[in-house]
Amino acid sequence: MTNKAFKGLSPQEATARVEASLKQRRKKEKRFRLMGLSAVGLALTFLVILFSGILTKGLPGMFQHYVQLDVVLDKARLDPQGDMSDASLFSGDADKIILEASLASIGEEGGRKTKKALRKMVSSGGSQRLIDFVKANPELMGTTQTIKFAVDDDIDSFLRGFIKRETPEKDRRINDFTIEIVDKWQEAGLISYELSDYLFFGSASRDAEMAGIKGALFGSLLTLAICVSIAFPLGVAAAVYLEEIAPKNRWTEIIEININNLAAVPSVVFGIMGLAIFIVTFGMPRSIPLVGGIVLALMTLPTIIISSRAAIRAVPPSIRDAALGIGASKMQTIFHHVIPLAMPGMLTGTIIGMAQALGETAPLLMIGMVAFIVDIPGGFTDPATVLPVQIFMWADFAERMFIQKTSAAIIVLLAFLITMNAAAIMLRKKLERRW
Amino acid sequence: MTLTSLLIILTVISLAFYFIAKRTVLIARSNGQVFHSLPNYYGLWAGSLAFFPAVVVLILWSIIDIQLFQSWVRDFYPPEILAAGGSQAIVALAKVENIVAGIRFGEPEAWVLQAGDAWIGWAATSTMLKSAVVLGLATVCGLIAYRQIDSDFRARNGVEKLISYGLIAASTIAILTTIGIVLSVLFETIRFFQLVPPTDFIFGTEWNPQFEGAERAGSGGGEAKYGMLPMFAGTLLISSIAIIVAVPVGLASAVYLAEYASPKVRSTVKPLLEILAGVPTVVYGFFAALTVAPAIKGLGESLGLTVASESALAAGLVMGVMIIPFVSSLSDDVINAVPQSLRDAAYGLGSTKSETTRQVVLPAALPGIVAAVILAVSRAVGETMIVVMAAGLAANLSFNPLDAVTTVTSQIVTILVGDQEFESAKTLSAFALSTMLIILTLGLNFFALQIVKKYREQYD
Repeated sequence: MTNKAFKGLSPQEATARVEASLKQRRKKEKRFRLMGLSAVGLALTFLVILFSGILTKGLPGMFQHYVQLDVVLDKARLDPQGDMSDASLFSGDADKIILEASLASIGEEGGRKTKKALRKMVSSGGSQRLIDFVKANPELMGTTQTIKFAVDDDIDSFLRGFIKRETPEKDRRINDFTIEIVDKWQEAGLISYELSDYLFFGSASRDAEMAGIKGALFGSLLTLAICVSIAFPLGVAAAVYLEEIAPKNRWTEIIEININNLAAVPSVVFGIMGLAIFIVTFGMPRSIPLVGGIVLALMTLPTIIISSRAAIRAVPPSIRDAALGIGASKMQTIFHHVIPLAMPGMLTGTIIGMAQALGETAPLLMIGMVAFIVDIPGGFTDPATVLPVQIFMWADFAERMFIQKTSAAIIVLLAFLITMNAAAIMLRKKLERRW
Repeated sequence: MTLTSLLIILTVISLAFYFIAKRTVLIARSNGQVFHSLPNYYGLWAGSLAFFPAVVVLILWSIIDIQLFQSWVRDFYPPEILAAGGSQAIVALAKVENIVAGIRFGEPEAWVLQAGDAWIGWAATSTMLKSAVVLGLATVCGLIAYRQIDSDFRARNGVEKLISYGLIAASTIAILTTIGIVLSVLFETIRFFQLVPPTDFIFGTEWNPQFEGAERAGSGGGEAKYGMLPMFAGTLLISSIAIIVAVPVGLASAVYLAEYASPKVRSTVKPLLEILAGVPTVVYGFFAALTVAPAIKGLGESLGLTVASESALAAGLVMGVMIIPFVSSLSDDVINAVPQSLRDAAYGLGSTKSETTRQVVLPAALPGIVAAVILAVSRAVGETMIVVMAAGLAANLSFNPLDAVTTVTSQIVTILVGDQEFESAKTLSAFALSTMLIILTLGLNFFALQIVKKYREQYD
């Protein structure tokens, strides 16, 4: 298309030549545009595949099968010492009572074989459920009540069709005899499929049907509480110093370089630092939300500092000049005018940082939050685990039902993250001011 | 007195000083006395003088006393443990600490009990002294501040000075964190290099620290080797796959969104892409291990290829998807920074949109795009959970994407998760790997910044 190519051509000839090439060029244009569009389409397809994969596995994981049993609440057997204390209830006969109720449900006296099969069919968390029920309703003692018990995860798998009836008996995790009992339960309409209460109110467990995320959720909340209460004030303070007070000198430059470098350090390295400094050197215990929160705070600090600085920079100098002009001191200007005006931007950055911290796994593995913890953590120094780590641990379990539980936990985690990010976007839209 | 209750008492004392000082000034002001600052500042001055020195002492004391006990308790160890040193001493310390915490395994040795009792005694004395010193200090400092209250005293200036010290302290946290990171890997790395020569580590092609225990027990079975090349090859392989996926898709979407898409499409697609960046890595790891890896294995085997069940391809593909938004949003910023006048000039000469983009906009944005790609590489190298969950642990020196490989980060996690002995070469090797990882990622980051600095065109 250089001028040379057109030298000596009459305008008509030149126009003809350009027009001849136009078709080719338009085609190229179309191809280029299509390429961009297909890249966007591809990226969005990945998003859809990821989410539909998680949802199709996770939504069933929020439900599980229960069996209804008529349980005779015999006071003498459930509560041998008669004082309704935990020790007394625990020493009671809850397991046997459930077994008798399940025998009654299939209308059999039951030989050893039946008993053996039935014992494995109701979740081993059944006795705890019965005790909890009695504790909540002591006035029902002595009556017969219909209580729903979770079925064992193998039975659940069978009912969902993961374990097939057609599979030869020796290759199946449950035998023909058990399947007959399940059929009887189904005929009697005792089996129900409903929202799993163990998922939200249960804690870590080796039994898929009883595993829940309550403990991990509390651990996440405690860890995030520590994280935000360290990272937010420190981040805002550092941003205020760097934007409003710091002289332009070597020291400030070093701080800025450090902040940018920290933003690029892989998260697992922060975990190593937490392990070496807080646990080995300072002798703090492993697996506690306090250490986890500190490590995550250091990790999210660069994010918060960078966004807070942008927010402070967006406050126009006229505001500062006005405050200084009517006699406010530098600090009064900053704390009474600049910070309140920059707050929406700072909060947005903080929420995004917290969302990042909530989803983070690797650094917490390093400081031992990967322990198997059944108790719900009650304080910042109780051993705890967090939601992403719980997902990581469940992903390692081989049972089929854990895959669904894991996906269900992922849905909960994603719901939290999307809510947080949506809140950040809303906040930004609502409170953002154009000067 | 526990730390929490001590902190609460300290807060109450400080608040009391705040209110008393403020009240004093308010009363004096109503009697016609004129003060330099507002009453609030006198209260803040007294309150913070009571609080901060005491809190600093409290924190330092709580950190130092455990260290002191740990060194004092060594006097109780039997000579043979002291002579053996290393892991023996750590086990001994753990035994004593269990006694202190009230945990007993079987019948502890006599010296352990003695040491535990002594420790409990020290702890009680220390706590008592600590409470007395901290609360005393708070009261004394508060009183001093209270005595300073006077019509000429410049409380506001004092408080503002304190605040500015606080702000400076907050901004140095970034430096302290960097120092913390460097120190925490540096010493262990040096100790590792005392056990394993650096050349063996850097140029070694075999990695099997799992033989470490067998080697020490002398039971044979193999020699522990610490060569980092297989892990770096694995990291390189997986990151390359990720980059091959992420850069074309990310760059092309950035170009489309910046140059072609209508504002409406742009404002819906951009946040959607950013969702991909917000998904936790553990979710990607789960997806890679559970869905992508079996799919690739199935596909490969139907084509007659042997595919490892934890292939590098699965981890790399998923990691690529993860960093698409990273590449696209960084490139988008760079493309948008190219001034409109350049495009207008190209249109004026009769170029089509794609010709303008390819021959004007992209060359102008190239340094920024290269920097974005390098940052994406650095992100891929440091990514942990996807490779831990989907890439396996076999240290193969292989560049076949269908093989199972392992990466630096996944080895670090494998070695350091759970209980570990702090003296063994195996544990220390994780710190040496971390040092290499930090050097690599920071090096990439530095490189990216240099490129931007050197080749950036200044348009106005």
